[in-house]
Amino acid sequence: MSYFPAEVSGPQPTDVDRTFWDHCRRRELRFQRCAACHRFRHPPGPMCSACHSFEHEWLLAPDTGIVFSFTIVHHPVHPGVASLTPYNVVIVDFPEFDHVRLVSNIIDATPEEIHVGMTVTLVWEESSTGIPLPRFKSAR
Amino acid sequence: MAHAAQQACIVGVGETQYTKWGRMGDRGEWSLACEAVIKAAHDAGVDSNAIDGLASFSNDSSMPWLMQHALGLPDLKFTSMVWGGGGSGACGALAHAASAVESGHAQYVAVFRSLCQGPGHRYGQAGGYNELPHLNFAAPFGMFSPPIMIAPLIQRYIHEYGAKPEHFAEVSLVCRDNAQRNPRAVMHGRPLTLEDYLNARIIASPLRLFDCCQENDGACALIVTTLERARALNKKPVRILAASQGGNPGWYDGALGSHNMPIDEYGAGNGKTLARDLFGRAGITPQDVDVLQIYDHFTGLVLMTLENFGFCGRGEAGPFAAVGNLRWPHGRFPLNTSGGHLSEAYIHGLNLAVEGVRQLRGESTSQVKDAEVCLVTAGLSGSPLSAALLGV
Repeated sequence: MSYFPAEVSGPQPTDVDRTFWDHCRRRELRFQRCAACHRFRHPPGPMCSACHSFEHEWLLAPDTGIVFSFTIVHHPVHPGVASLTPYNVVIVDFPEFDHVRLVSNIIDATPEEIHVGMTVTLVWEESSTGIPLPRFKSAR
Repeated sequence: MAHAAQQACIVGVGETQYTKWGRMGDRGEWSLACEAVIKAAHDAGVDSNAIDGLASFSNDSSMPWLMQHALGLPDLKFTSMVWGGGGSGACGALAHAASAVESGHAQYVAVFRSLCQGPGHRYGQAGGYNELPHLNFAAPFGMFSPPIMIAPLIQRYIHEYGAKPEHFAEVSLVCRDNAQRNPRAVMHGRPLTLEDYLNARIIASPLRLFDCCQENDGACALIVTTLERARALNKKPVRILAASQGGNPGWYDGALGSHNMPIDEYGAGNGKTLARDLFGRAGITPQDVDVLQIYDHFTGLVLMTLENFGFCGRGEAGPFAAVGNLRWPHGRFPLNTSGGHLSEAYIHGLNLAVEGVRQLRGESTSQVKDAEVCLVTAGLSGSPLSAALLGV
């Protein structure tokens, strides 16, 4: 089951983000944190922009995040979503992780229920490239 | 800073017809680029064979070897493609051209942009942004196209500052009104009311149809040379007082990627650093500007640009627009006087520079009286963006 059908392609890992998606394969949402100065960063990158260390760790994210912003999409750009509009895209903020954010979807909320500041909980859904995707449910 | 006579100037502008996307598929981008450059040279009174530099941006398909060949240029010594920033590079290309002529690297640089979006080439469609970084973090979640990428920024802006639909509408209505006086504008002959704006379909909330720029076929070009050479030509030279690239630090892949720009700037735009550099280098302030050509990919980003460039405070651009500051002819800062991307054509910012030149020559279809300084901006929300101050 998935918020979008298989026609909407899942991620195709690149050299830069491969490890992030490898963690997703294990259903672990992990973000990079600089090993030297402990600043979180996302998307993944080779070097800390604050202290220039090349050493980093991957920390397991909290199970909940806060909706920082969102949009309800009415106009279907991709043929695979034509029957799904209106659908939501949300920006989920992880305040304890230096506000790293994920672009994602809330799979169980109506457009009217979605608002800035709402708490959402992490769930995993399948994608067409076999990599599970981090999506969210309303925290009720 | 260049010696006064070496200062870069724009001496010619040229445009093809502008149409809805796909309508000039039989021409192709190369053909349109050639037409625009030839027209710009003619407008300048310069023999096109004197062009020895080419500058463009956003991976324009009309490569220098195509253009040198078709134009028959005997001597090509400068070619520049703005690195990164997509459509935000229009004034970056102007900046590169200015650098080339001010340093003596080239004498006459043609800056151009050509778009022809036949089947399979529609720029803003799902998949059309393949070169953007970090699409993995957006596309699988339904963030396929620019309106969906920008909408959350505008939603956050509304959340933080209480901007109303009428505020965004004002930008759209100003551009459409100006297009009614510009026969070249794609939306010429199609006036828009506030009711039309409010009743139009929602693309991705809070963006309605008329919050989003058009998609068009067409090309435009400008010829850049030094003031000394410009004085020997037919028309009043338009000086490039400053042209800069830049953007606030930390924006990373920005709105066209994973949305991890600095959280306190998410709903504010990334132009403040660039604006400070630009006005500083020109030695003027926003109050010295007479007319604005602001990159209007989306109405809300125009509001943010006004704030970033110091025309009003953060969060204030909605009311600033609503009292008529952007309207021709009586507004303090008339905006996008040929119709902008919203109503003239979306040639990725370069047609805004063309209109800036026209304003300062007194040739605009919505002429601002005694216009002497024009701000042109290119992009917002990606990085780097660019901007230019033109003056006479």
